[in-house]
Amino acid sequence: MAGNVSPVSPHDVASVDDVIAALADQRYLADEGLATAVFLALRLRRPILLEGEAGVGKTEAAKALAAWSGGEFIRLQCYEGIDVAQAVYEWDYSRQLLHLRAAEAAGATEGVAVSDLEDELYGERFLVRRPLLRALSASGDDASTPPVLLIDEVDRADDEFEAFLLEILSEYQVSIPELGTVAATQVPLVFLTSNATRELSEALKRRCLYLYIDYPDLEREREIVLAKVPGVDANLADQVARIVRSIRQLDLKKSPSVSETLDWARTLVLLGIDKVDAQSATDTVNILLKYRTDIDKAVKEFADNQDELVPEGT
Amino acid sequence: MSLAEPTTHGGEKPLLDLLSDFIVELRRAGLPVSLTENLDAMEAVTHIPIEDREAFKYALGATLVKNHAHWKAFEVVFEVYFSLRGPEYDVIGEGDDAGGPDGEVAPGDGQQPQGGGGGMQALTPEQLAEMLFKALMNGDAAMLAALARQAVTRFAGMEPGRPVGGTYYLYRTLRNLELDDLLEQLMEASREDAPEDLTPLEERLERDEFSDRIEQLKREIEAEIRRRLVADRGVDAMAKTLRKPLPEDVDFMHASREELANLRKAIYPLTRKLAARLARKRRHGRKGALDFRSTMRHSLSYGGVPAELKFRYPRPAKPEIMVVADISGSVAAFARFTLHLVYAISNQFSKVRSYVFIDGLDEVTRFFDGVEDIGEAVHRVNTEADVVWVDGHSDYGHAFGVFWERYNRDIGPKTTVLVLGDARNNYHASQSWILKEVQHRARKVYWLDPEPRAYWDTGDSIVGEYGNHCDGVFEVRNLRQLEAFVEKLV
Repeated sequence: MAGNVSPVSPHDVASVDDVIAALADQRYLADEGLATAVFLALRLRRPILLEGEAGVGKTEAAKALAAWSGGEFIRLQCYEGIDVAQAVYEWDYSRQLLHLRAAEAAGATEGVAVSDLEDELYGERFLVRRPLLRALSASGDDASTPPVLLIDEVDRADDEFEAFLLEILSEYQVSIPELGTVAATQVPLVFLTSNATRELSEALKRRCLYLYIDYPDLEREREIVLAKVPGVDANLADQVARIVRSIRQLDLKKSPSVSETLDWARTLVLLGIDKVDAQSATDTVNILLKYRTDIDKAVKEFADNQDELVPEGT
Repeated sequence: MSLAEPTTHGGEKPLLDLLSDFIVELRRAGLPVSLTENLDAMEAVTHIPIEDREAFKYALGATLVKNHAHWKAFEVVFEVYFSLRGPEYDVIGEGDDAGGPDGEVAPGDGQQPQGGGGGMQALTPEQLAEMLFKALMNGDAAMLAALARQAVTRFAGMEPGRPVGGTYYLYRTLRNLELDDLLEQLMEASREDAPEDLTPLEERLERDEFSDRIEQLKREIEAEIRRRLVADRGVDAMAKTLRKPLPEDVDFMHASREELANLRKAIYPLTRKLAARLARKRRHGRKGALDFRSTMRHSLSYGGVPAELKFRYPRPAKPEIMVVADISGSVAAFARFTLHLVYAISNQFSKVRSYVFIDGLDEVTRFFDGVEDIGEAVHRVNTEADVVWVDGHSDYGHAFGVFWERYNRDIGPKTTVLVLGDARNNYHASQSWILKEVQHRARKVYWLDPEPRAYWDTGDSIVGEYGNHCDGVFEVRNLRQLEAFVEKLV
């Protein structure tokens, strides 16, 4: 499917089922909730805020949508202390200084007016375009496919940055003092993701469509394993999905997420295990669970009658 | 039917009105739906074909529910307002649906539901039980839904106009189905059908699968009862009955077991968010001293000119905390949650020591030291702390006496003392002079009372007397207030 854009472009999508089918083409199995939210985001031209535990497929959804639409995929990874300079643009000071010094040394600065020199310094050459600016200006190139902008882990940024984001998401334009206003000719498709480590501001949530992505149910998890793990057969996929479901019902510090399920399935395939029994599960459980207390709990639950069962490495 | 003319059959309310009522009810349930979101929802549903109930629900969810903790409440209200009763949900005999595709959302149209059509009514109880067994063995979802409806028709004994709650009907229906025996029978059959002996792991997985299907059946039954009650009583009355407070608004002292379980689940994400917020607050605010090395490093890109000044983060001194908690009777839940919260954010404090009492007092810091699972430690406090001296009735005076005698030397000028309790002293001696001494020694003393303010100083509550020697007395009835207090504390 690489390189092919699906027959139905995101802008002609007629129903939620079209969205499910198109995302499935990109090997992303969306449930009805996500597909509806994406459908509405396309129709209403709104950003989507995806919240959920780590590893449930929030970032993957954005990537799948970008692959589907064929537009450029632009990612802004938020972190604590991120500011406008890191998100929108920055002037490459060092390069500007070097340019001046080089010009001086070459003797090119004599007789040139100061304002001309300055204009030269504030041109495209020295402008470092960061993700948000790229998303706003990319649309000019290809008239039919707007870019997909992913603002990842927005809950790690602080309140001021959120306010700034809100402004951008309402106006879709940013003003650079030296260059003027850059406005988007096409509204990009915006995804925001959050790991719910803090409450996002009301205003930002109001602006976006909201979806909480939970762990998938049995059938869907099985299908995801079948789609994403090469070499896995239906029985193993079924077993993996069932065991992970049972593990999630335990009271754990961190339940296994979808990415961990996939890692486990890949490991089992690699080890040539086509039927999971208590011993192989115990040996490989540290791929699913990352906390000692969780691993102990899980082993206790599933190896009740087998006292000789000891996880490798203890 | 297009949404340009959003009406339903038989002169029922137009869709837009129904949607407005729905949103009003959501607000009553505690969801903060703003005007913008209201308009978004109305616009969103114009893009969804009304027959697609799932998409309709998720469209409303995406525009109206912006906090996952509110999703359950949203679902309940949605079920009440938009319960679907079309015949395509019936499985009549061979599984064909009769009648046209009547997918209209039409709550309260007063029609008696088609409880599975003529075919099912004629089954004997034994045949019904057998069909149920087969459906659960095979995981036949459609059949389970139909059987759920039939079960409600037969066993719930619902009569129009009866002022009885849904839980009563649910209980009657489930009792008649004997679901516990059913699980064991399913496991037996599964063992017999298997080609070879099932390993413990396989047994466990089979059991989980059957439990899941039985839960699904119970949910279908519950939904069917709710649908019929809505038809009988009308949407608004039902919505009022089902309106439940959000977990963070549940009073500690009056919480039911289910609500307490919800609270326990809610407390983990809450402590995470609180810890993140507090950590952030510590680091921002006033800038600290100039960080010379960092400034010089950044000046390199300016050719050695310190154009950008870098400052150290201020590190205000972390307080020391002592928690003294009453764990008698109804106040116990409050004490548990507060201890849980305090220990979850214990890295905001330089030292945390905790004590629990009823009429005797015991230090429980040892249960929490170095322990990863705070819930476990709190449980141990309940079971292992030595807090009963005479008769297990609250005696604040004596408890404070023990505290002062054993631990007064540990209170220092950096210590903040939190006392948790309703101050209901059973008319024993108050010994409030101890609290006065504590206040002299400690930095601050705060009293947290889980009772509503109106009850303070009524009966045997002497919170006023104790409060005289405290720097603040706070009403902390629910998780929301607790969170607010802890945030102010740090």
